[in-house]
Amino acid sequence: MSMYFYSGSGKSQQVVKAVDDVTFHIYQGETFGLVGESGCGKTTTGRSIIRLYTPTSGEMFLDGEDISGPMNSRLRRYITDKVAMIFQDPVDSLNPRMTVREIIGEGLEVRGIKDKAVVDEKVYSILNKVGLTREHATRYPHEFSGGQRQRIGIARAIVVEPAMVIADEPVSALDVSIQAQVINLLGSLKEDLGLTILFIAHDLSVVKHFSDRIGVMYYGKLVEVAEADELYDNPIHPYTRALLSAIPHPNPLSEKRRRRITYDGLETHDYSVEQPSMVEILPEHFVYCSPSEAESYRREFKRK
Amino acid sequence: MNNQINDEIVLDVQDLTVSFRGFVGKVQAVRGVSFQLPRGKTVAIVGESGSGKSVTAKSIMGILAGNAIIEKGSILYDGDDLTKISEKQFQDIRGKKIGLIFQDPLSSLNPIMKVGKQITEMILENQKVSKKEARERALDLMRDVGIPDVEQRFEHYPFQLSGGMRQRIVIAIALANEPEILICDEPTTALDVTVQARILDMINELKYQKNLSIVFITHDLGVVANMADFVYVMYAGKVVEYGTSEEIFFNPKHPYTWALLSSMPDMDSKEKLLAIPGTPPNMLEPPVGDAFASRNRYAMEIDFKEQPPFFKVSDTHYAATWLLHENAPDVEMPEVLRNRIDRMLVEEEEYHKGRGEGNQ
Repeated sequence: MSMYFYSGSGKSQQVVKAVDDVTFHIYQGETFGLVGESGCGKTTTGRSIIRLYTPTSGEMFLDGEDISGPMNSRLRRYITDKVAMIFQDPVDSLNPRMTVREIIGEGLEVRGIKDKAVVDEKVYSILNKVGLTREHATRYPHEFSGGQRQRIGIARAIVVEPAMVIADEPVSALDVSIQAQVINLLGSLKEDLGLTILFIAHDLSVVKHFSDRIGVMYYGKLVEVAEADELYDNPIHPYTRALLSAIPHPNPLSEKRRRRITYDGLETHDYSVEQPSMVEILPEHFVYCSPSEAESYRREFKRK
Repeated sequence: MNNQINDEIVLDVQDLTVSFRGFVGKVQAVRGVSFQLPRGKTVAIVGESGSGKSVTAKSIMGILAGNAIIEKGSILYDGDDLTKISEKQFQDIRGKKIGLIFQDPLSSLNPIMKVGKQITEMILENQKVSKKEARERALDLMRDVGIPDVEQRFEHYPFQLSGGMRQRIVIAIALANEPEILICDEPTTALDVTVQARILDMINELKYQKNLSIVFITHDLGVVANMADFVYVMYAGKVVEYGTSEEIFFNPKHPYTWALLSSMPDMDSKEKLLAIPGTPPNMLEPPVGDAFASRNRYAMEIDFKEQPPFFKVSDTHYAATWLLHENAPDVEMPEVLRNRIDRMLVEEEEYHKGRGEGNQ
């Protein structure tokens, strides 16, 4: 899947390849973590999936159905029914003029549930699930703390029983102690409801903690995909290694002697002769590299 | 490493208490904070939003908002009490003796002035040098903070630089007058991890080169481990525990420090995080006893009634929790954290073993 943004026209036209030829799949009931630094295209990928953007090229399938075609009312209906989104900023993503009941119930009403009592019942039970109480339903978003607002955002997403949830940096605006509450909540909801989650974040320790498989993005490309533990134990792509070495650990002794790996895409790779592609280096562990690089990565792991 | 607290003290904050007048009453943001900054060391102040760490930094720089009141306490620097001196006197200290780096590099730079000029302006303002000398100094500073192609960058506007580069410019400006003390208020929070790593390494290097004393304010314990010689953990406007960085990370005593450490996602395990229940207290009416008591699973009756004093753990390590009182029951830190610390210690041992063999 690719997503290019065009600006200007004619000679001055500039193309930003925000997401460039990205391919991945998410299994039923799995949490797929998408990490990368700002500007790498992870958010654009998520937004393209719920069709906030129309991808430039490529195909997307959800439950076997093509969702990358031209937008029509049937497709819109299909996507909104199946996919829900949790946003980063719990302040901006909740309408300040709606009560919590209205915010959470809106999705149900849009889906044709007209019976007020049924909607209320569902809202109350979902509030309970996310650790709020039914008394909260009549309040407005500004009356809540950041962590509680994110709980409301989560409730709104899961109340419609979506097939997949896209969580775009759901905890990065929160304090550490609150962050842990929300991660634990998402974790238990995942187990209880069997949710399939696309988890987008820049913080690798959070992603590692939460995801089954992880994809690493760099400059619009997906450079490495593997199971979470595998990716941390055997990072292959030089960018993944650089990213891992940059995470600060809460250990003053190891921190003071650690060496960080720096990565510069242009210096590291020479793609003028060979075209890079996704290659399976280890079982279920894919790396974006040229054939000769793949060869050297494989040798490295054989020696181990 | 020299962790003696009897090093020369550059900055001495004593019992600092700051409140803000609001519509509904006084918000008690900082409630009796004391810390000492030894020369050439980094003191990290850690806490969540609203713990009072930034207000403490702003008090040191004398840039508190208009509705702030310094109720009591003192900030001793170079024989002066910074809470008492006039604004005119402060201008000789701020930016010259004490430099400041903020979180957001874009809002601390002037968007319509070339970055080179912003550095030279700072130099010309405070030093008796010619424009040409100032330019040379500015270029040197830019090289010091790791900016490539300085001649070109000198002519750039802030919007033409990346976030990391902008923060380097801000650091160059902060260092322009060779301050003794650098106050960093969440300097890398807005940056990507790889950029953050480079900026932190750079600050550490400059610290040794220029013998800077640093007050480092952050909420990220990983960053603290990287930077700090001494750590002060703040909660609800008070310091709850302080000690050397090793003492805080390997032998924490206050339940809040436990909670903070164990709520961080760990790379080596998939254990469920120990979240801290509830939310921080309302600082309009801070609780009577230990402010953390209502969120503390180890809280005792006395925690709700009386503020715990500092109990001594070692010469450099103190914690304000009744759990350290001689009559308190024996309470161990949460198992998750114990396991994690044990793992780190084992790792450390193996590292030294590996090195010992390598040397022979």
